[in-house]
Order: sequence, then structure tokens, then C-alpha cells
Amino acid sequence: MGRHVVAAVSEIPPGERKLVEYEGRSIGVFNVKGKFYALRNRCAHQGGPLCQGRLTGFLQARVPGEYAYSRQGEMLRCPWHGWEFDIKTGQSWWNSATMRTRSYEIDVVPGKEITGPKQGPYEVETYPVAVEEDYVVLVLP
Amino acid sequence: MEATLVDPAFTTRKQSGKTAIIDTDIHVAMTSPEMLLKFLPKSWHRHHEIVGWRGHIGSAYPRMMPNAARRDALPPNGGPPGSDLEFLREQLLDAWQMDYGILTPLTGSGGEVNLQYGAALAAAYNDWQIEEWVNREPRLRASIMVAYEDGELAAREIERVGDLDEFVQVLLMVRTREPLGHRRYWKMYEAAVRHELPVAVHFGGAGGGPITGSGWPSHYIEDHGGMPQAFQPQVASFVFSGVFEQFPTLKVVLIEGGLAWMPPLIWRLDSCWRRLGEEVPELHRLPSEYVREHFWITTQPMEEPPQAHYFTQLLDQMDMSDKLLFATDYPHWDFDSPTQALPSGLDQELRRAIMAENARKLYRLN
Repeated sequence: MGRHVVAAVSEIPPGERKLVEYEGRSIGVFNVKGKFYALRNRCAHQGGPLCQGRLTGFLQARVPGEYAYSRQGEMLRCPWHGWEFDIKTGQSWWNSATMRTRSYEIDVVPGKEITGPKQGPYEVETYPVAVEEDYVVLVLP
Repeated sequence: MEATLVDPAFTTRKQSGKTAIIDTDIHVAMTSPEMLLKFLPKSWHRHHEIVGWRGHIGSAYPRMMPNAARRDALPPNGGPPGSDLEFLREQLLDAWQMDYGILTPLTGSGGEVNLQYGAALAAAYNDWQIEEWVNREPRLRASIMVAYEDGELAAREIERVGDLDEFVQVLLMVRTREPLGHRRYWKMYEAAVRHELPVAVHFGGAGGGPITGSGWPSHYIEDHGGMPQAFQPQVASFVFSGVFEQFPTLKVVLIEGGLAWMPPLIWRLDSCWRRLGEEVPELHRLPSEYVREHFWITTQPMEEPPQAHYFTQLLDQMDMSDKLLFATDYPHWDFDSPTQALPSGLDQELRRAIMAENARKLYRLN
């Protein structure tokens, strides 16, 4: 339960990710085209480290030989067996339409909101604070 | 990225498990191509540099993943996946607290068209397995590489290293020049039996013909998914060529070929034999009896039936539960997780047998 400061926005540029551990869970926080998403680092198939996988797109063929590539960088492929999950929803696009990996709510909040005493250690120990800096905050249910 | 961060819930579960694990299919590789020269006799260096590897075309489809490997398996030493002992310990042997791991390097030596060169390569890879792996890690055992397309050359290598405790089997690839029951391979079986070593037949290889019985497929997915149809004629060939009548103590391990196809195959072979057995009078028992006595089968890549109870039915139909061996295929992309591969709800005794005890007995490990 709770809100966790994961990183300064600038620490995770578009296309990059950060693996974090909170409340006994390993979680990958991704920046996709400027928006942040967080997924459990555990594939719904065999438990592989999903968030170490490659970000890829969505390849479809309505009929054989006619290919359409879309949503580049929004599909996360497990490094083990290549199962793909929608980075935005955790929805699997492989094997079973009902298979999901856990996704978490992510907020980007202005730096001033979390520079109070409670969040102090995060600023000092891990993330440099710039006055204009914004932070990535992970919300765990 | 912090590459070693694994979900803690996953770690806890795997450490609380009490089932012993023996992995029967681990692919190790040399750190660099130059490493081979250290183990290859000087007399072959020039040939190696000028001519080099010359096998048949076969499993040449792009693998979809570099080195056909898990993307998290690239080791810190900068070499290919499976080339770093420390990393292999961390990611495999220690991660799942394995009792033993059987090395099955894919070296290409057996499929060389220059058989003498293939035999020299095989010997080099055998010496390398001992020096770089088994001598440094007591949980590992090696497989004897041989130039299997020449029974005599293969037998010679088995004679050279077959008495060493570090080796637990002879290793071939499933796509051979001819079906493995042919007499050209018998000297190899004779030597294996003499040294009480099982002969293992692994996914892959190339024997010169199209890689399916109906020609060349278009995709890697067909190469990979269709591999059982390379294993099935090998089973039939071993049985109907009378190999097990000639070598009654020969043990054959089928690695990475799947297992769900076995029941219908042996039913078919049995019904054929009842009608056509006159053609092979050296057989004195049902084909299924030879199969159940002489073949062991590794699990990975496990067929994943849509309903868990189909798997239990499959095991009943096979009736080979004492012959199933757990395998991960590390570091390849179709790796099976020791805690996730077998369906839940499997009988505990059976689970223990598949995960380690059958392999412990077959390979005579403590």
C-alpha cells in the first residue's frame, strides 16, 4: 500500500526503464513516449523476469502476406519465451486473451509535492533534486 | 538496468520447494572462437583457419532471438550466453539449488562433412568441457561429443574418454545422415554399451536432406515446432533395425523433442508390427516394450495442454514415468522453469522422479 517515489522524470528518458522493488514486489517502471507505466516483473506464463524484456510493437496480418506494424515500443516481450504484454494495460497479446500481468498506477507529480520531510531520504540518497524537477511516483494498491 | 533483480515472491517460492532438481540439458559455449585453438591439436589449426566448419544446411532459420537465447542470459564476461560459469551458477544452479546439471554443448562437430576434422573438434570440445566446466564445478557432468556419422571414429572417442567419471553420456543430434538404426552407427553403440554410457539424441542438427519429411518449411516456427517428426523415425529405426536385440543394455535419451507424441507413435508401431512383423523377424517383442525399456525422454520444451488433466492422461498413456527427465534447456529462449514447467497437482512421488530421481538413477549420480 502506498505511494513510492521511483525516480526523477529525467532519470527514465523515453524508451528507458527502471526496475524497482517495493512491498516485496519487483516492478518495472517504463517511459514510453513520455508517459510512464509500471508492470510487475513476473511473466504470467512461467514467472520469467518480464521487465527485462524488449519493448517491441504489435505485428498483425489481416490476411497472409499483408502486414501491419503498429504501437511501436508499447509491447513488452518476456526475455524467456517471448510472451507479449501491452505495456499500458498489462494485457497479454499472446496465447490467451484473458492472461494479464499486474500493472500499477503511475503518477507524475510536481517536485514540490514530495519534497516534504516524509520523502526526504529519497531525494538525498537516490535522486538528485532540481528545483524544477518532476518525480515519477509509483502507486501500489 | 539492474539485471539481477528478480521478483521476490518468485524467489521465496522456489527456495521453499523441497523437490530436488537435476537439469539434463544445459548448453554451454566457449567464451570466444579463439578458445577452441587451445584444445584443438596444432595439426588441425591450419585446416580450421582456412576451411573451418562445413556442415550440411539445416537448422539455419533465424532464431528470432540472438543465439536462440533468453535475453536475460547474456553473461557479464562479454561472451555468448552459457559461456560464463559464475553467471551460470547464479542464474541456474544456485538460483534453483540444483543437485546436478548435465552439459549438452551444441558444437556442430558431429555434423561436419569432413569426418576427421569433426572428430578432432569433438575431442577438443570434450577436453574443454572437463577443463573449463566439470573440473571447476562439481555439480556439472559432461556429454561426449563424437563424429557420429562415422561409427568407428565415434567409437574411438568413446574409448578415449568413456571411462572418465566426468562424462555421463554420448551426445548426437537428431537430424542425422541416415536413421540411427543403420549399421553404420553400430560401432558407436557397441562402445557406448561397453562403457555403460547412454546415447543421447538432441534437437537439431542437419544430415543433408530437407529438414522435414515433406520438404523445406518457410519459417523457424515450423523448424522448431516440427522437430518431433525428426525424433519419431529415429525411434522407429532403433526399434525395427534390431538395435536393442543386438545391444540389449543400450539406453537412449531423447532430448528436447517433446513427449506428447510418444503414445500415438508406439500404438502405431505396435499395430504395424502385428501386421507386418514378418519383415523384421529379429524383433521378439512389441515395439512399445522396446521403447519403454530403452528410451528416456527429457521434458523441455513441455507441451502445454490447455487442461492440466490432459497431461496426467498423457503420462498414463506413455507409461514411462520412470523414464522422464526434467530439463531447462538453459540458456535458450524456450527455457523451462523448474518450478513452473510441470503442471500443479501432479503426484509428489512422480514429481520427484521427473525433477531429479530418474536422472540420478540413469546417470548414476549421488
